[in-house]
Amino acid sequence: MTETAQSIKPHRATTGSWYEFATRHRASIAAAVILIFPLVMPFTALAVNILIYGLYALGFNLVFGYLGLLSFGHAALFGTGAYLCGIAIVHFGWPWYAAIAAGVAGGLLMALLIGVLAIRTRGIYFAMVTMALSQCVYYLFYQAVDLTGGENGLRGINVRTIDLFGLRIDFINPMIRYYVIAAFVIAAFFVMSRILASPFGAVVEAVRENGVRARASGYDVTLTRLLTFILSGGFCGLAGALQALHLSIVPIEILHYETSGLVVMIALLGGMGTFFGPMIGAAVFLVLENIVSVWTVHWQLIVGAIFIACVLFFPAGIWGTLIARGRR
Amino acid sequence: MSAAIGQAGEIILRTSGVGKTFGKFVALNNISAEFSRGAITSIIGPNGAGKSTYFNLLCGAFPPTKGSVEFEGRDVTGLPQHRFAHMGIAKSFQITSVFPQLTTRENIRVGLQALVSRYDIWRPRARLTELVERADELLALVGLWESRERAAKTLAHGEQRALEIGMALASRPRLLLLDEPTAGMSPEETRTMMDLIVKLAKERTVILVEHKMKLVLGISDRILVLHHGELLAEGTPQEVRQNEAVKRVYLGQREH
Repeated sequence: MTETAQSIKPHRATTGSWYEFATRHRASIAAAVILIFPLVMPFTALAVNILIYGLYALGFNLVFGYLGLLSFGHAALFGTGAYLCGIAIVHFGWPWYAAIAAGVAGGLLMALLIGVLAIRTRGIYFAMVTMALSQCVYYLFYQAVDLTGGENGLRGINVRTIDLFGLRIDFINPMIRYYVIAAFVIAAFFVMSRILASPFGAVVEAVRENGVRARASGYDVTLTRLLTFILSGGFCGLAGALQALHLSIVPIEILHYETSGLVVMIALLGGMGTFFGPMIGAAVFLVLENIVSVWTVHWQLIVGAIFIACVLFFPAGIWGTLIARGRR
Repeated sequence: MSAAIGQAGEIILRTSGVGKTFGKFVALNNISAEFSRGAITSIIGPNGAGKSTYFNLLCGAFPPTKGSVEFEGRDVTGLPQHRFAHMGIAKSFQITSVFPQLTTRENIRVGLQALVSRYDIWRPRARLTELVERADELLALVGLWESRERAAKTLAHGEQRALEIGMALASRPRLLLLDEPTAGMSPEETRTMMDLIVKLAKERTVILVEHKMKLVLGISDRILVLHHGELLAEGTPQEVRQNEAVKRVYLGQREH
């Protein structure tokens, strides 16, 4: 014991491969890629979509990939963020930044409500309960026509200019819009990176790996799951709020279960439980959708086939497969 | 480590008339027993005697149907499982239970972290360097320092059992509960494990559930024998060995 005690080295990666580099600087790398991203995209609106869905998937992945729970109700978190942001602007005339905060708060609160009811269930039951609850949220917003516009969606979220420390920024300009939204997404990536690297991040992974063991080690597993779900709601709420600002309208379809299914596909495609997977998944999915839908209206058939092929041959997702190769 | 020992001989754990039924099946009936601090107490009995049920009541995996469990003079009946680690009771599982994809070191480090930081989402965990140092000490103690960077799922069975002991030790328990720690081990691994248990018992109280009586006769201070959910006999290894009832139900089975 004494001889080993002397040779203890600081707990740091020693291999020095590209993967370790990418992990250590993951948030900065994400920021750099996001900053140059619109320059390589065919049009900026697609780049904005990828950012927003990438952020949505980033939040989802915290529960799906890191905590190991398949939620089929994340549309409720994304949609509540969008609606609350929109309602704050349309009905209460809040400034854009307060509306975004309202969206984040909405995502957190909705996650708390759904989480409290669903978090004690496991596996397929958790997927079903979250889906059922998100359908309840759908009908709630569908019925509240005065606030949400019902089936027509919430219209009139017109943010033309953004005031930033006395600076008036033209939010109509697609490139400027992209970078305003990118600023929030990059900030979210930094926060996510910190959460994953925190002591709590270690607990989340331990709970995923073996909840019974984690409980015996002294962790309140149920509370850990609930807190993770709520954090995830914050990210998804932010994504929803940005979506509302970007589209100037919140369509009721945002709460539809297809929006829940979409994020599962994106996370699987990119690589669940990986830092860059969600953003890569969103980019690949939305670019594919754009390219294929140009030559056929049956684009879902082709994108679906590609998705199935990916799941069959790269079950770890695009990024997950690259990591596995790089580690070898 | 004097605090960990406390006053040897005093009662650290007591069960008063505990019973457990699953539906109509009575797994355990009215067991009252006391466990001394600083001792190795073994709970033995043939298959289906209720050993594991009793073990699970002691470590808080589930509450008893009746009766109470008292740890260091405090009633702990029905407290949630995760509280037990913080009170100073740790356990190892009968069926190996580790965090398979995490490294061996991270397995123990997470165990240690439970006492220090559970809900901090902001500070980098790399700053908790003392946890890594302590993890390395525990890895050395259970003989896994060489395997520290390997994923726990790649360890041999005996190594995973040792890792479990290391994880149990992480919460600095005053009472260590081990459920068949040598289950499925080779004779050589078994010997190493028994040596380790004796070593660990010098600094803390150990309660051991074991199927094979021969293994524990040599190291135990006290033995409880369960049979059909009842406490059949209790005493020093000598007394238990000479107990007629025990001989009948247990030692008669020559292969044990």
